[in-house]
Amino acid sequence: MDYNFHWRPVFKKLPDLLEAGLLTLEVAMLSMIIGIVIGLLLAISRMSGPKPLRIFATTWVELARNTPVLFQLFFFGFGLGAFGLHLSPYLIVLVGLSFNNAGYLAENFRGGFQAVPDTQLRAARSLGMTATQTYIRIIIPQVLRIVYHPMTNQMVWAVLMSSLGMLVGFRELSGETQFFASQTYRIFEYFAMTALIYYVIVKIVLGVSKLAARRLFRY
Amino acid sequence: MIEIKGLHKYFGELHVLKGIDLNVAKGEVLSVIGSSGSGKSTLLYCINGLESIQQGEVIVDGVSVHEKSTDINKLRQNLGMVFQQWNSFPHLTSLENVALAPRIVKGKSKSEALAIAEKQLRHVGLGDKLTNYPSALSGGQQQRLAIARALAMEPEYMLFDEATSALDPELVGEVLETMRMLAEEGMTMICVTHEMGFARDVSDRVAYFHQGIMEEIGPPEQIFGDAHSEHTRKFLANVR
Ligand SMILES: Nc1ncnc2c1ncn2[C@@H]1O[C@H](COP(=O)(O)OP(=O)(O)OP(=O)(O)O)[C@@H](O)[C@H]1O
Ligand SMILES: [Mg+2]
Repeated sequence: MDYNFHWRPVFKKLPDLLEAGLLTLEVAMLSMIIGIVIGLLLAISRMSGPKPLRIFATTWVELARNTPVLFQLFFFGFGLGAFGLHLSPYLIVLVGLSFNNAGYLAENFRGGFQAVPDTQLRAARSLGMTATQTYIRIIIPQVLRIVYHPMTNQMVWAVLMSSLGMLVGFRELSGETQFFASQTYRIFEYFAMTALIYYVIVKIVLGVSKLAARRLFRY
Repeated sequence: MIEIKGLHKYFGELHVLKGIDLNVAKGEVLSVIGSSGSGKSTLLYCINGLESIQQGEVIVDGVSVHEKSTDINKLRQNLGMVFQQWNSFPHLTSLENVALAPRIVKGKSKSEALAIAEKQLRHVGLGDKLTNYPSALSGGQQQRLAIARALAMEPEYMLFDEATSALDPELVGEVLETMRMLAEEGMTMICVTHEMGFARDVSDRVAYFHQGIMEEIGPPEQIFGDAHSEHTRKFLANVR
């Protein structure tokens, strides 16, 4: 054990690391919002869309769930690049994570919709509500509760997955860490600190989710 | 008035209603009895358009229910329905359950809708459960909540589909009592029921359904005392 720990350079860069952590949180959150909207549309398409739409949605879900996330990012980075479509590193990660989130969430939403009994729909329609009103007021609120925990997990997963951004040149938390680490050779110290920051971010996400659940679901 | 003329209903190959002719006048209470699978629930769903029909016509106050040009959501406001499964909306309190449709379907203001909801909940004896979620209510209370929710739309007709069948025996009474109260207030009601006591005491007429056909219809004294049809007599002998 000749290795001497040097934490000072890490602490000096802590503000930069925290800022990169915020970028990580931002891209994860945006990719969740996009993922939820698209995931809902995919789930509804799979359940009651016309056939071409159903096939499209199923393909999306299958690819997102059964191929490595890294490859999904590479596809939106270098794959599209081969067709002359060049996304910025930020967009590669945002689009890639949104793609992945949408696929996973679509499957959760589908299970959620199936768990709401048909009789809820009948009851709402018998009161004169339109199909749209029924979905927005009765069905989706119940689905959201059912998928709330899987959704929280997916958000945690998105935070962690975003670290792959460093492989497509995105200077989020991991990318930033690698950059500093390679400058100073304090590789262990930097990544230890970064792991701690990830841990704190995840704990914050879980805590906020728990508080929000308490407000949202009183029943 | 509800007029049903030559109504046929199929589920794919399955012929579930085989030419039903039936009129229900304003203020009348009709009980529908019959064995499982005879098409009683389906009849109610055909009346408020929750199921399509393949032949014939259902007319409510002069409006043909299954006509394409009919505004079905408007029509349903006039046809309250209570189902066998208690399907209160679990994410809403009693008040919100009842106030929702007046607000978003009828366009009432929030305070107006809440006032209507409170009035209807008190009417069915749930005045002390206004802010409870359905999970905190018994089956009987949930079923009364469902009745209040339907009444809040101020319908002229109420359709009951075995409103008490899924309840524990000791909870049946309170729901039947509420239905009885509505009947006394002059509500027009079609009640699919297995409660022969209710059918006998409360209805003006009783209809017996057998394998998709309305075998017999008449005043309760006649159906229960002197049924013409062999099937009716057999059915009644078995349920008693
Ligand atoms: N959505 C549906 N799809 C296919 N068949 C159906 C559907 N709904 C009902 N049926 C069938 O139609 C027939 C009549 O059903 P219905 O529910 O109207 O009977 P019911 O008289 O209400 O019986 P119960 O007393 O059991 O409620 C049954 O054979 C039933 O299996
Ligand atoms: Mg039935």
